[in-house]
Amino acid sequence: MAYSEKVIDHYHNPKNVGTLDKSRKNVGTGLVGAPECGDVMRLQIEVDETTGTITDAKFKTFGCGSAIASSSLATEWLKGKSVDQALTIDNMDIVEELNLPPVKIHCSVLAEDAIKSAINDYRVKNGMEAIQFEESLVH
Amino acid sequence: MIPFFTNNFGNAASRNHPFGWAAEEAVDYAREQVAKLIGAEPKEIIFTSGATEGDNLGIKGVFEMYASKGNHIITCNIEHKAVLDACKHVEKMGGEVTYLDVQENGMIDLKELEAAIKPSTILIAIMYANNEIGVIQPMKEISALARKNGVLLFSDAVQAVGKIPVDVNKDGIDLMAFTAHKMYGPKGVGALYVRRKNPRVKVTAQIDGGGHERGMRSGTLNVPGIVGFGKACELAIAEMEQDAAHTSRLRDKLEQALVLVEEAYVNGDINNRLPHVSNISFKYVEGEGLMMGFNKNIAVSSGSACTSASLEPSYVLKALGLGDDLAHSSLRFGLSRFTTEEQIDYTIKAVTETVLKLRDMSPLWEMYKEGVDMESIEWAHH
Repeated sequence: MAYSEKVIDHYHNPKNVGTLDKSRKNVGTGLVGAPECGDVMRLQIEVDETTGTITDAKFKTFGCGSAIASSSLATEWLKGKSVDQALTIDNMDIVEELNLPPVKIHCSVLAEDAIKSAINDYRVKNGMEAIQFEESLVH
Repeated sequence: MIPFFTNNFGNAASRNHPFGWAAEEAVDYAREQVAKLIGAEPKEIIFTSGATEGDNLGIKGVFEMYASKGNHIITCNIEHKAVLDACKHVEKMGGEVTYLDVQENGMIDLKELEAAIKPSTILIAIMYANNEIGVIQPMKEISALARKNGVLLFSDAVQAVGKIPVDVNKDGIDLMAFTAHKMYGPKGVGALYVRRKNPRVKVTAQIDGGGHERGMRSGTLNVPGIVGFGKACELAIAEMEQDAAHTSRLRDKLEQALVLVEEAYVNGDINNRLPHVSNISFKYVEGEGLMMGFNKNIAVSSGSACTSASLEPSYVLKALGLGDDLAHSSLRFGLSRFTTEEQIDYTIKAVTETVLKLRDMSPLWEMYKEGVDMESIEWAHH
């Protein structure tokens, strides 16, 4: 199946590739997936501690074009959102935006998991409880 | 081929008018061309729809025909799916199949093969050369073991025929499936070689009907396809040697340049290999993602899970002992007589640049560079 134009664009011009200092208290890091499964995403957020706003987001992804595009898109959506708003990003929003075919839905699930994992890392670092998420069923 | 799609529209099985005779004559000529390429007699060629059908007919056909002699088949775990699935069918029908492991270089272990032969063994089914890594199996030695034990030898030779010299008598092969489109011919036509002498081999038909192809494969013959197949075989005889020299030189150039990329590894034995195939893993980048960087202009394939609906990486590469991560990171390059030096130079540049670009966005590459022990990370397997 051919890739959608949006996937191709994110693949060739990925937004926000990079690394934030994970030792900093206001940086949350999520690392999801596994090398043996063919995709690993690392997504990081930088939070303004006074306002709770995500001021920066970076990713690095080992995976197919759809995985790269999903994480690139996720970082774009995260910037400027509050941490609470970020929790509402649903993998199906990513599927819709990127026109992912059924076989690539797991890429969007991985991106959602990475967002949640980064938020929990930030919460735990700042004395909040980790949120218990339901196991994603798509995996 | 074109005349047989248009003006010469006869059915090769129509014996009562000149239109049928013309078609039959064309098929007979093609049968000679095909037979000649593999050192066989024309009567030993059964035309099929392709090698998947040839694999099925060869394996299931022997299993049924020789049921009174035994029910055991030996094959190996890097065979094409058409062979593996035909063997699974045999198991369902009450047969027994031994799947030999291959060694790290992709070659079967002859001692293991010999040890697997037992009184109930009727067939050894080993591919001539592998489709993903190009590794060529020691057919003559395998044949010697088969002969010594009175076992038939079947070979899926799709990748080898037309690319390297294959001779069913010198190689001692009793049944062999191959196809036109892997040797510049049309799609949808292939052949099963079935030995007629020393020993005389028979297979039970898997498609019943009008008794075409000496009763082993019914169905009206694909005359245009067969004519094209014959021509492709004739051209292969004429050009194989220079094609092999051409593709192996360019393949080696490509490979030598690409392994200069850090953490890049060639998969499969490089000494016993088809001249036109190269399989390389680029660690810490994923194969499908890699292909996307240049798939507009370069058609390659990957052992990555993402390229298939199954989400399982290449079973061939895993059989060589590669971890799933390296299997996901592999690309297979196939060259042809039409590949040019410029195309190879372009490919070297495009692949290298894409690998470097993707590594810049690979968390695994970053960890590798920072000396992080990736084995110690608890990955969330999904």
